[in-house]
Amino acid sequence: MWETLFRDFSFLPEQASEHAGQVDLLYFFCVALTAVFTVLIPAVMVFVAIKFKRKSDDEVPKPVHGSLPLEIAWSVIPFVVTMVLFGWGAVLFFNYSSPPPNSLDVHVVGKQWMWKIQHPEGKREINQLHVPVNQPIRLIITSEDVLHSFYLPVFRIKRDAVPGRYQTMWFEATKTGEFHLFCAEYCGTEHSLMIGSVIVMSPEEYDQWLQTDDQDGSETPVAAGERLFSELRCNSCHNGAGGNGPSLDSLYRTRVAFTDGTNAIADESYIRESIVDPRRHTVAGFGPMMPTFQGQVSEEQVFELISYIKTLGVE
Amino acid sequence: METTSSSLPLADKPKPNYLTASYGIKSWLLTLDHKRIGILYIITLTTFFMMGGVYAALIRLELLTPAGDLLSSEAYNRTFTGHGVLMVFFVLVPLIPATMGNFLLPLMIGARDVAFPRLNLLSWYLLVIGGLTAASALLTGGVDTGWTFYAPLSSRYANGAVLVAIVGAFIAGFSSILTGLNFVITIHKMRAPGLTWFRLPLMVWAIYATSLIQVLATPVVAITLTLLALERLFGVGIFDPALGGDPILFEHMFWFYSHPVVYIMILPAFGVMSEVISCFSKKAIFGYRIIAYSSLAIAALGFIVWGHHMFVSGQSAYLGLVFSLLTMLIAVPTAIKIFGWLATMWGGSVELATPMLYAMGFIGLFTIGGLTGLFLAAMGLDVHVHDTYFIVAHFHYVMVGSAIMGYMSALHFWWPKMFGRMYPKTLAKVAAVLVFVGFNLTFFPQFVVGYLGMPRRYHFYPPEFQIYNVFSTAGAMVLGIAYLLPLLYFPYSLFKGEKVGANPWGAKGLEWETASPPPTENFEFTPVVTEEAYAYAKEGEPVVH
Ligand code: HEC
Ligand SMILES: [Cu+2]
Ligand SMILES: [Cu+2]
Repeated sequence: MWETLFRDFSFLPEQASEHAGQVDLLYFFCVALTAVFTVLIPAVMVFVAIKFKRKSDDEVPKPVHGSLPLEIAWSVIPFVVTMVLFGWGAVLFFNYSSPPPNSLDVHVVGKQWMWKIQHPEGKREINQLHVPVNQPIRLIITSEDVLHSFYLPVFRIKRDAVPGRYQTMWFEATKTGEFHLFCAEYCGTEHSLMIGSVIVMSPEEYDQWLQTDDQDGSETPVAAGERLFSELRCNSCHNGAGGNGPSLDSLYRTRVAFTDGTNAIADESYIRESIVDPRRHTVAGFGPMMPTFQGQVSEEQVFELISYIKTLGVE
Repeated sequence: METTSSSLPLADKPKPNYLTASYGIKSWLLTLDHKRIGILYIITLTTFFMMGGVYAALIRLELLTPAGDLLSSEAYNRTFTGHGVLMVFFVLVPLIPATMGNFLLPLMIGARDVAFPRLNLLSWYLLVIGGLTAASALLTGGVDTGWTFYAPLSSRYANGAVLVAIVGAFIAGFSSILTGLNFVITIHKMRAPGLTWFRLPLMVWAIYATSLIQVLATPVVAITLTLLALERLFGVGIFDPALGGDPILFEHMFWFYSHPVVYIMILPAFGVMSEVISCFSKKAIFGYRIIAYSSLAIAALGFIVWGHHMFVSGQSAYLGLVFSLLTMLIAVPTAIKIFGWLATMWGGSVELATPMLYAMGFIGLFTIGGLTGLFLAAMGLDVHVHDTYFIVAHFHYVMVGSAIMGYMSALHFWWPKMFGRMYPKTLAKVAAVLVFVGFNLTFFPQFVVGYLGMPRRYHFYPPEFQIYNVFSTAGAMVLGIAYLLPLLYFPYSLFKGEKVGANPWGAKGLEWETASPPPTENFEFTPVVTEEAYAYAKEGEPVVH
């Protein structure tokens, strides 16, 4: 029994992306720092306990009320060290939240207690994420109910799935294989069963996998979005020709001005908000006429509409 | 401290002390004596601690194997929620201020009692009522939200007695606010003649800083919990986006209180360290003023770092940057304290009595707890370890390793003052060493398994994580035994312990000038303070600056 237990003994999870290696580097630095002080401070205490052991009860040691140089030293050194940690940590964080432009967008919806995943090619899966190796993947994450957190330890990344919001993170796998996927934010009874795996495949295998047609997932999100766009009569207003609503052509990633003088970049979160909570902002030059689709469309359908809108006016 | 009062006449004729002044249950339940109220708190908190400990034992037993074989998932979730709610709101928050603070504060500043003795008793009742309310929620319906009560899980999805538990925490919050207020006013108004701010023992400074946090932060958690209750009861949309609310708002409000709470737990322990270390090194604290100021600095900074709990939650990345930076800064006042204590020991006359062993244990564990906090403040690294066992290990090092070590140190230091008798010293030292060993064995492996990716609050877990959990559970058993020992030898010492005089440790401080146990009125005469704190060196001796 002990043998099997110890077989798994290790200190690092597998590194399956470059980012993972960089996070581990910072980790080693922090571990070394901690080790130094965790050895040094107790060593000083043990030394003191022996060297300055009380010999008689009326011994009176000389009081020392302070020493400016010492005090400055042990204020400035921690300050400098922590500023290095701050900068280093910040750089890694911005790396994790800024995907390269050629990333593949994969949509993730958490719900008690499963992960629903949809690929740009239309394929859907549950609690599994198949991705090609050496290809940046951007995850657009949300939740249908409570908070969850999409956690991929081999890439050293996680992001909370928050209902009512889109959150993104990205990774580029450098190693094929099957790795853990966990829900890291406590979400109720079966939180610890809200797990699965990320399966990193060679591009050929991935293409093959995309071809296997096991479920309803053959329609791409763009196609599904286009279908919904007319089923839900979005096109009655957004038709680019005299409808009541603004044209949605080339909307994605442009700056939109509102009637109250503010503005915003039209990213996925903005488009989502326009659909489920249109009263929050009204586009300048238009009346508050857009009906809310909250409750009428599922999170997946919102994704599909967005995927479609992103293609409008783009060659 | 040199004072005009003297304990000599007390030693001659057996005068009644606060324990023998009156007898009977009623004389305790209606007492206005801060010392008796302190004892009531000790009994109450020990009870809650044992309940929380039973939950901890269940958790550790369940996690011995990867399969969820002992409890159902539902029961497991209720178990860790019960553990967290009891330990945080009903043990750690009131721990040192309510027990030691109550007993010692008036003694340390040469006062007869706290400023508002009736309010003080009311605070105890509020804590008991709050605790019983929460305990009834935990025992009847159970609560499975985690002690963090994150919305919308807690407001719209969780079943169980969430509301009752919230009401319990809410009531306990008022106990905390009132105690804080009482202490702040006591320290401002009731210091003995000659006891200027910079002659105060550092324990008093620490209690002062803690009380300020209690008064300023606790109302926010009361509001948060009220809003949560409104959403749960009436469906008012505050946190659930399906109702037009925002779950991130809950996190902000919750951590605005719950980060400062960590300092409510740890600052008083810092105070204890200063008392104990100076006494058992027979030396004035190195850098008295800077240590006093660093308590205030930590209290102030503690209010503006809460967002470090939310780097991956959806808070803006730029806001995250600010929180990361500010959190890093806390390392500075913390380092000042730790090095100040080491410098105090250096060149002292060091005696490894039980309180000192706990103090050294505290420094060891707090060093690890504090430094691993830096891992979490570094944003890019936190992304990986957030919500894993790494966090669980970190906050246990800080909150249990440090706060409970501080409390144990205090209890062993002032026990002879409280009861006039000494506990069995060797046994106590054995227990202190066992606590240290058991603690590290329990929580150190959790850093490793956390970095490997094991998420917290997991009932089932992948088999490759088992080995670390086996160590953890073994350590928890050692720790459990180590905590049981004082539960045996303290009560034993009440009857059989060796009798001690006013100042068995040769310590400085007004509390040591009066009899052990002190009389109800604390001092025969109002003490007049003529010297600095920790004046261990003899009068007239050259003082090296
Ligand atoms: C009754 C007419 C109407 C219908 C139906 C309608 N919209 Fe709109 N939509 C508007 C109007 C008017 C605006 C601009 C005012 C505002 O922002 O509220 C708008 C704004 C938008 C915007 C923001 C555009 C920008 O330039 O910032 C998006 C995206 C959008 N709608 C998507 C949709 C989708 C998807 C549907 C179908 C599910 C839909 N709309 C259905 C009238 C409509
Ligand atoms: Cu979960
Ligand atoms: Cu915090």
